[in-house]
Amino acid sequence: MQPGLNQILFISTALFFIGVYGFFTRRNLVTILMSVELVLNSVNLNFIAFNKYLWPNRLDGVFFTVFIIAIAAAEAAVAIAIIINLYRNHQSIDVEKAEEMKY
Amino acid sequence: MSEFFILMKSELVITFIIFLLLFIKIGKGMKNELLLQWIQILLLANCFVGFIDNRDGVLFDGMFHTSGLIAFEKNILSLGTYLISLLCVDWLKKTPHLPEFFILMLSALLGMFLMISSGSLLIFFLSLELSTIPVAALANFDLDKKISSEAAMKMILSSAFSSGVLLFGISLVYGATGTIGFASLPSHLDGGTLQILAFTFLFTAFAFKLSVVPFHLWTADVYEGAPIAVTSFLSVISKGSIAFIFISTLYKPFQALHPAWNNMLVIVAICTMIIGNLFAIRQQNIKRFLAFSSIAQVGFILVGMTANNISGNSSVVYFVLVYTFSNLAAFGVAAVISENAGKENIDDYKGLYQTNPFLSWIMAIALFSLAGIPPTAGFFGKLFLLTAGASAGNYWFIIIAALNMIISLYYYLRVIRAMFMDKNDEPIVRVKNNPMVSFALIICAVGILLVGLLSWIYEYIQSLA
Repeated sequence: MQPGLNQILFISTALFFIGVYGFFTRRNLVTILMSVELVLNSVNLNFIAFNKYLWPNRLDGVFFTVFIIAIAAAEAAVAIAIIINLYRNHQSIDVEKAEEMKY
Repeated sequence: MSEFFILMKSELVITFIIFLLLFIKIGKGMKNELLLQWIQILLLANCFVGFIDNRDGVLFDGMFHTSGLIAFEKNILSLGTYLISLLCVDWLKKTPHLPEFFILMLSALLGMFLMISSGSLLIFFLSLELSTIPVAALANFDLDKKISSEAAMKMILSSAFSSGVLLFGISLVYGATGTIGFASLPSHLDGGTLQILAFTFLFTAFAFKLSVVPFHLWTADVYEGAPIAVTSFLSVISKGSIAFIFISTLYKPFQALHPAWNNMLVIVAICTMIIGNLFAIRQQNIKRFLAFSSIAQVGFILVGMTANNISGNSSVVYFVLVYTFSNLAAFGVAAVISENAGKENIDDYKGLYQTNPFLSWIMAIALFSLAGIPPTAGFFGKLFLLTAGASAGNYWFIIIAALNMIISLYYYLRVIRAMFMDKNDEPIVRVKNNPMVSFALIICAVGILLVGLLSWIYEYIQSLA
């Protein structure tokens, strides 16, 4: 059976909220970063699905996906650099350990 | 072809400076002080370039557009960056990575310029990322300080998350309308449920970047942990540019969804003002205090945005201009004191007037302007914002905003009382005034006093809007 738009949208929305859930509940910074990647990839699925099923003549969706992949890589690079520096200062990448500032 | 160079002049000049710094970095390198002077001259030149031949135009098939108002907004941002390079001179001289600092800061500025003139959601997203990722790296610039890396971590994670939310919203906009260009969006929007859902996601992302209340939790920590030069950049330049693009997206492409976004704006504006003010009261650290005060100021900007007419747009631009001067003056004084005396608590400011009368007066003028007391420009800025908000007819909403101005008076005056009236056995020692810092502080003070009194500035902005 050929999957329709609804099935793909269901998967991408589920992926989005799994990512959001992971972002809020995980304690390890690298896992949090992975959750963000899930969110970004769910958006990619969304764009591709909308482009294929709803607007096959307007290729904005596909172009957007390419840019999202590139930006996600750039963001991950900076985030990992920051996490490495955080590890040097705190000897840990647990978000609970980084608690110098409160209220 | 020549039109390309004229329309994109601000972006091209910034790109040129970035490349120049890159070459200096890989080349032999220069002494910090000499390099800093060159950078300041280049940034000043950039401010002047912004005034040359500002015309309306569209480039790249509608992806980039510029107009008199957009050029004016870019000038505000360039001026602010120039002032920051003067105000934080003491800290900048000591930093071992001066070229990188300005490469990152100017990349962020370039992103903001492109963001303000973006004509499609694709360019908007790309330039938004260009304006936030370098700032996260900048927040980490005190490499061996624990709180600096913690601030950078909070900043990059919240910005990554909010751009995920933004992208989800954009993908739904694309699904609902089939277009992502600002010019073609209005004809496709009709207020359908999916469109409102998509817009809610977009609104959330904007609220994150602008630190509007339910999404403000990262602000205070990032402001406290980052070096003061970065904090002032973040709270003035970055926030101003987001406010500009926010208002132009609301008023132009998403005008059809006005009933939906008007309600959202009213609710978040009330929350932002009240929570920003209440939390500012209990702060001890001056940077944290200014962070919450800037959250409260954003609430007032949102009040002006609810107007949905030309005066709403012009009052927001005018307020950001005033806010640039007042907030930079406050941060400038905080930077001087933190660099020379190593103190950042409000209690340490007790008795500052006896030892440093100049700094105390500048701080007092800046705080009066932030609080909105009549002779300063801050009063006129808030007056125009509230008048614009009142033109939409929500009088109870304006009354809440006015009450919040009274609450804010309390905590601004607390700092002023500490400086002028409280006794202190060991006040901060006399700080040697650096001529550049004094010059920048005087520019800020003159700006605060004159922008309010010269009525043609507001009329000029209104004629552009």
